[in-house]
Amino acid sequence: MQLIINGKSRDFESANLSVADLVSALKLEGKRLAVEWNGEIVPRSRFFETQLSDGDKLEIVGAVGGG
Amino acid sequence: MSDLLNIAGKHYQSRLLVGTGKYADFAQTRAAIDASGAEIITVAIRRTNIGQNAGEPSLLDFLPPEEFTYLPNTAGCYSADDAVRTLRLARELLDGHKLVKLEVLGDPNTLYPNMIETLDAAKTLVKDGFDVMVYCSDDPIIAKQLEDIGCCAVMPLASLIGSGMGILNPWNLQIIIENAKVPVLVDAGVGTASDAAIAMELGCQGVLMNTAIAAARDPVLMAAAMKKAVEAGREAYLAGRMPKKLYSASPSSPTTGLIT
Repeated sequence: MQLIINGKSRDFESANLSVADLVSALKLEGKRLAVEWNGEIVPRSRFFETQLSDGDKLEIVGAVGGG
Repeated sequence: MSDLLNIAGKHYQSRLLVGTGKYADFAQTRAAIDASGAEIITVAIRRTNIGQNAGEPSLLDFLPPEEFTYLPNTAGCYSADDAVRTLRLARELLDGHKLVKLEVLGDPNTLYPNMIETLDAAKTLVKDGFDVMVYCSDDPIIAKQLEDIGCCAVMPLASLIGSGMGILNPWNLQIIIENAKVPVLVDAGVGTASDAAIAMELGCQGVLMNTAIAAARDPVLMAAAMKKAVEAGREAYLAGRMPKKLYSASPSSPTTGLIT
């Protein structure tokens, strides 16, 4: 399936992907991040149960240096 | 003497709040923040780098959220909607953390705040349960409105973000401070230690800065200078300065016992 992640389109072989699977596929496991899925925030506690569909838009954000 | 900064019901020893941007590397960021003594540090929320350098260290490795009070900001947001969206993500990122710095910019050249959008975002965020420290222009009426909305601190600019121009309108700051029932902190424009001391002498509850430290030739030394300046300014404010007199006919040494 195709997902739009942080504004860029990416293809995934699996048609069955949860937010947790995606985080792992992107090698972001264990990083402190927040995920927005089609405009809604997905709490970390729901990463496993949230199933993604073709064309979903995701924002994956973290904290960086800033003033 | 215990003279603590109270923000949204929590007490802090340090009245210097610092940003974490523009440093050479994370080690320098950490060293400067340690030298500043700051307990509250601002961070920005940005898209995570994907596919590259998965194992590389992050800011949070050097500045553990357990050790500092994080103040996520909305730097780079030009609308109320973007600012609210960013801070909701920040709250999730930081495990329900409520204390945030709201700034909504109006112009990319000056980074001057858009106060109409800021007021709008502040209303939404306060209703949503956030403790909002708000960056604003030095307009006393706007500052009062932000307080009335329920912001936990108002943070007028001393001069433009990153300009290092110092305190350009102490009179407005003084009006804001006199009228405020929530802490007033100078945010933006401090260039060197004396600027921070002046802000505190005016009666500010604290000062927030980033570039003044990060862009100094020796950021760690400047951080130490800022710590002292904020402390000195605060003590001078509490001590109550002597009145200014154009001519003083009152010498410091005795007028009697002169050798004639």
